[in-house]
Formats: sequence, structure tokens, C-alpha cells
Amino acid sequence: MPVVHLARHLYRFFPALEGRQLRVQAATAAEVVRALEALQPGFAFYICDELGRLRRHVNMFVGDEHIHDRTALSDAMPPEAEVYIMQSLSGG
Amino acid sequence: MARKATKPARKAKQPAPSKKPAGKTAAKPTRAAGKEQPDRAATLILGTRKGTLILRRGKDGWKAEPLGHPGVSVSYAARDPRTGVIWSALEHGHWGPKLSRSRDCGRTWEDAPQIKYPEGARYIDPFTEISQNKSRYKAASLMKIWVLGFGAESQPGRIYAGTIPGGLFVSNDGGESFELNLPLWNHESRGGDLFAGDGTGKSFWSGGGLGINGEHAAGIHSLVVDPRNPKRLLVGVSCAGVVETTDDGRTWRGLNDGLRMDYGPDPTPPWGHDVHFMALCPAQPDHLWQQNHFGVFYSSSGAKKWKIVSKKGALVHFGFPVAVDERDGKTAWVVPGRADDQRMAVDGALCVARTEDGGRTWKALRKGLPQKNAWDVVFRHALDIAGDCLAFGSTTGNLYFSRNRGESWECVGSNFPPIHSVRFA
Repeated sequence: MPVVHLARHLYRFFPALEGRQLRVQAATAAEVVRALEALQPGFAFYICDELGRLRRHVNMFVGDEHIHDRTALSDAMPPEAEVYIMQSLSGG
Repeated sequence: MARKATKPARKAKQPAPSKKPAGKTAAKPTRAAGKEQPDRAATLILGTRKGTLILRRGKDGWKAEPLGHPGVSVSYAARDPRTGVIWSALEHGHWGPKLSRSRDCGRTWEDAPQIKYPEGARYIDPFTEISQNKSRYKAASLMKIWVLGFGAESQPGRIYAGTIPGGLFVSNDGGESFELNLPLWNHESRGGDLFAGDGTGKSFWSGGGLGINGEHAAGIHSLVVDPRNPKRLLVGVSCAGVVETTDDGRTWRGLNDGLRMDYGPDPTPPWGHDVHFMALCPAQPDHLWQQNHFGVFYSSSGAKKWKIVSKKGALVHFGFPVAVDERDGKTAWVVPGRADDQRMAVDGALCVARTEDGGRTWKALRKGLPQKNAWDVVFRHALDIAGDCLAFGSTTGNLYFSRNRGESWECVGSNFPPIHSVRFA
């Protein structure tokens, strides 16, 4: 099962997730978001808009790679994936 | 008529605040007689670039409470006079627009149920270059919660949110859920029902508001409830104009007769007007004012007809906010700015202008305001009135307060973050 690592900034809004190992049942990036939403209602709308698109200034990595499909989050998730959800370095 | 756009959020944690005794300047003709209200003029709520700030006026002057939402941009913040809940519209740089609320006068905040466009909601962006094979039809997602409004005493639980792109969201359960008003979303002036098909393909709504990520789209920034008949609501749209319903949102019509729009071949089109802010006199609701991109407009006919009451090149013409006296519909205040090519105080001297004769004459009110090296711009929601008291804040982080109808001003502070909204509470 993929393990998800979150930017520290997100714990400000979802303190219940801090310090937990986030191992989720997910075969795609979209399923990772759905699993996190199930853990913490409201989480998905922080990293995606209501169309399910990754927000412009949010990055999602699988290992060292950016996900490719920021619109539908269809990227496949290897069973032992390390997933990172970060705010992007935008704005200087 | 409307589609569900939200789901319930995390449960509220705090009890409702206690009420304070009414004050001398808290006259509000729309409120139920005998109901105690706090002294509105003794509390200010600021929406700033770096959080929500509540200031209270005591014997020793204004004192700021600890900053709410530190570091987060707040486009608008206001207190619901019926419940005492303070609502704050956040614009997280990374995490998108969010609605937040406090049930304990700003001591603690929680995420409110979030505003979301329903599946299938689209709008037409007239500025999209279709020659590049890009569609003018865009799927709607929330760019900004621009303004919040509260229903009449007879509408418990009614809360409004004006958004970019051009949405009017309505709650009837105290903000536990919001629904997009579809008759306005599907209005003929913006192409018709785009859930059902491609409509007319033509929208007269454009512009106007700057949402998250720097995207522009038409937005709703002014919400005016008629105190005589709360089923009558007028909304101000940048850029489209004024739109009115008299049947609680079932049907809508434009009320733009008399407005001017100088950036097109036809200066008086039915749509496309850039209202910057619109306000109504609570005791004389047929008296409405708007600061428009192309001047100050006044109506004494319930917006059936607008009249320009400013002149290009004069002190009063361009600006963003307007405040209307609570009792006298002919009295209003604006904060003049140098026209759209500069958007700052005229000649480096900050002033507020007041008319008491329906805009025939204006008096510049400068006492206590800086008269040199001032480059402030005051945004549309950053001027407010409570009785004889007025307050305004600028994007330069200056906050001014007057207790005498603007005759003189005191500086509350000069080091605030850029101020987006100022509301008495």
C-alpha cells in the first residue's frame, strides 16, 4: 500500500494527521486523494478543486517524479509507492 | 431551482457569543425592534492580506485582538448580526478559497462547509481566443469568495456568498450548506442554461474580478437586500452591472438604465457595466448608490434609473467603495482615487468625499488624513458606516476612523497588512 507524506503546512489544517503513517489503499493518484478525504473530510478540497484537478500551486510526487496527469490524477500508484503532497515553490 | 453544492463540514466547537448592550451609534432600521445589538461602531473586522483582524474601541482607543488566520489572505470578513457568527472568506495561496467561521468573537476559527460549484457548471469567457482552438466554455471552479451577505431577520439562516466566477451561493441553514442560484447562473445575459447545452454562445458577463492564480472572470461583489421585501435582492457584478430579483431568486433582470461604460463602442449598453460597489439606504431603500469604474451613480428610484453624479477630471469620479447614510438616502461617502491608469489617492493626498444632496455637490473631507506622499487605494469593501461613524482601510495598511460623519479622522494604525475589507460589527 502506498505511503503518503504531507507538507508540514497541511498539518496546520489537519492536525489529526500529524505523526501518523499514512498508508492508503490506492491504485491511482485520485484514489490517494479519496483515501485521504475519507480519513479527514475536507482534505481533498485543499489540494484539488471541485473538478478534481490538482490545485495550481500544489505538487504531487510519486517517488521523485511529478505526477503527469494533474487534471484527472490518473497516474498509476505502484503498491509500495512513496507519495509526497507538497505546496509548490511559487511566488518567489 | 438550485443544485446542492456542498456537504456538511466539521462540527462546530464553540458556543454562541453573548450579546452586548446596544450603543448610541448602532441605529439599524432593518433590525427587529427591541432586540439588543452590540454597538457596531465599537468593533471593526478587517479582512487583510495576512489574516482576519478584529479591533475593539475602548476608553484608550482601538485595540487589536490576536490575528486570526495568520498569513492567510482574507478577501472579506463580516459578522452576521442575527447570530453573532463571524465569517471570513480566505484565499489560501496554495490551498484555494475557503470559508471560515468563528462562534466566539474571533477567539477560535473553524473551517465552515465549503462553497463548491455543482458538477457541470460552466460559464462563457468572452475573452478566450477561439482562434487558438480554445473553448470559450469553461468549467467553473471556485476562484474567490468575494463578498458575504446576510438575510433579513425574517429569513433565519439565510446567508449569501458572491463569488468569482459570477456565482450567487445561498444558504438557508445558517451556512451549513450553500447552493448555487441557477436562475442567475443560467441567465440569458450570460448565454442561458449551459447545463443543458451550449446556450446562445454569447455572454455579456466578463472581466472583472481577480481570482486565485491571477485568473479573471466576472464576479459578484455587492449584495443588497431590500429591507421592505427580503425577496428582493440586488447584486452588483463586475463586469455585467446590477441584477435584480423580486421573487427570491427565481427570476432576474438587469437594472442598468443610465449607467455609462466608456470602454466600448456603445457607452450605454444593457450589460457589461463595471460596478465597483453598490449600497442602499436602509431607511430609504429606493435610494441606491454605486461607485462604478466610470463614475459615481445614484438612483432614487430603486435602481430603475441611474444618474451619474460625478465628472471626469473632478476629484470625485473614480474609486471603489461607497457608503450610504443609514437614514438619509441623499447622503453618501466615497474615497476618490486617480483614475484607472493609477488607482491611488489623488495627487498624493488622501481624502473622503461626502454628498448630502444626492451627488449635486461633494465636500472633500481631509482633516486627519495625510495630505502628501499618500498613495493609498481603498478597495470596494474597505469603507463602512455605523450611525455617524465611518472607517476605511487601504492597501497600504492604513486604517482610519471618524466619529463625526467624516468631518475629521483619526489614524487607528499604519502598519496593518494590505486591507481588503473593513466592516463594523
